Amino acid sequence: MPEIVVESHPIDTVFRTDRLPHIFCPGCGIGPATHAYAQAILESGIPKDQHACVSGIGCTARVPGYMDVDSYHTTHGRSIPFALAIALVKPEMEVTVFSGDGDLFGIGGNHFIHAARRNVDINIICINNFNYGMTGGQAGPTLPLGARATTAPYGNTEPPFNLPYLAAATGAVFVARWTALHVRQLKEAMLRAMQKKGFTFIEVLSPCPVGFGSPNDIGDAIEEVWLYRERCVVNHDAYLPDLEIDLRRKDVPFVMGNFLDIEKEPFDPLAMMKNKGE
Amino acid sequence: MAAVLSRQPLDKATVSIPLGRIYIIPERCKGCRFCIDFCPRDVLVETTEMNAKGYHYPIVAEGKEDECIACQFCSILCPEFAIYTEEIVEEETAK
Repeated sequence: MPEIVVESHPIDTVFRTDRLPHIFCPGCGIGPATHAYAQAILESGIPKDQHACVSGIGCTARVPGYMDVDSYHTTHGRSIPFALAIALVKPEMEVTVFSGDGDLFGIGGNHFIHAARRNVDINIICINNFNYGMTGGQAGPTLPLGARATTAPYGNTEPPFNLPYLAAATGAVFVARWTALHVRQLKEAMLRAMQKKGFTFIEVLSPCPVGFGSPNDIGDAIEEVWLYRERCVVNHDAYLPDLEIDLRRKDVPFVMGNFLDIEKEPFDPLAMMKNKGE
Repeated sequence: MAAVLSRQPLDKATVSIPLGRIYIIPERCKGCRFCIDFCPRDVLVETTEMNAKGYHYPIVAEGKEDECIACQFCSILCPEFAIYTEEIVEEETAK
């Protein structure tokens, strides 16, 4: 059966197709993650007008502009406070923060830990490409030790954030990590996060051929994805402090999985105040 | 691929391998080759033609026309939403 040339895609119902094709580089991992998110919206059973997608600044933060749901492109690092307000004022909304590692942990790190501490009912999808891609590949808080970036030409000397460990330690109820190649597992994790009440966190390791690949001698996106494919192991019961990513040590794998899935009461100050008044 | 199996699955007579049809939107393609490299049946190859932006989009390889099983991995992996597959459901009367 030869291929058939068409004009539209079945998933286009959740996209603003007049904005496509998007601005991401060829082979960027944000594309598969966006597709998984779109698929999760369709399969979640929650109507499209009850989804909200919030982002800060960066490459990944362009995603809400392509989604045909209520979307919000906010200031740098402040995506979580905006999402928190939506989740509190409109509890029926399924609020998802779709942003990058530089935005969520570099600029907005404090907002992240305090939203996790309060257990606000929002879903965080963090696309981790290890650098500030949009501004030219500067070293971010997740750049692995020894990896090079525009502002770390001799190799990074600062230990990076271990994002699943940070999220679990500060109070998230669901923590997962997948790569942009694990699209089906990623979609299942997003569906689980949408079903859960409380603060959920999904880290997506994404190839960044221009910002991260080229200074680190990774030829193109497909080579970076093959690197993930060769070095990833799935271990849902992994010991979280061991999840650091080290590019120099070839014997240490990248551990993927749904690490944490617990129940905890979500943040609801209005209900607490009502109960006190009675 | 035609390995001789000493044992056969019990439901081999009733289960048929699905046949898929591939749909491509060439103008969206940015030539990242994800669909070509990660197709589990190696159905796709790069075309020699170019789209308006100068990228080589994927087409079905010669002799692989009946190999797609509609697993939809290319569809969900494509960063540009430029390819998808659908299973061909044959009518009972056509058999």
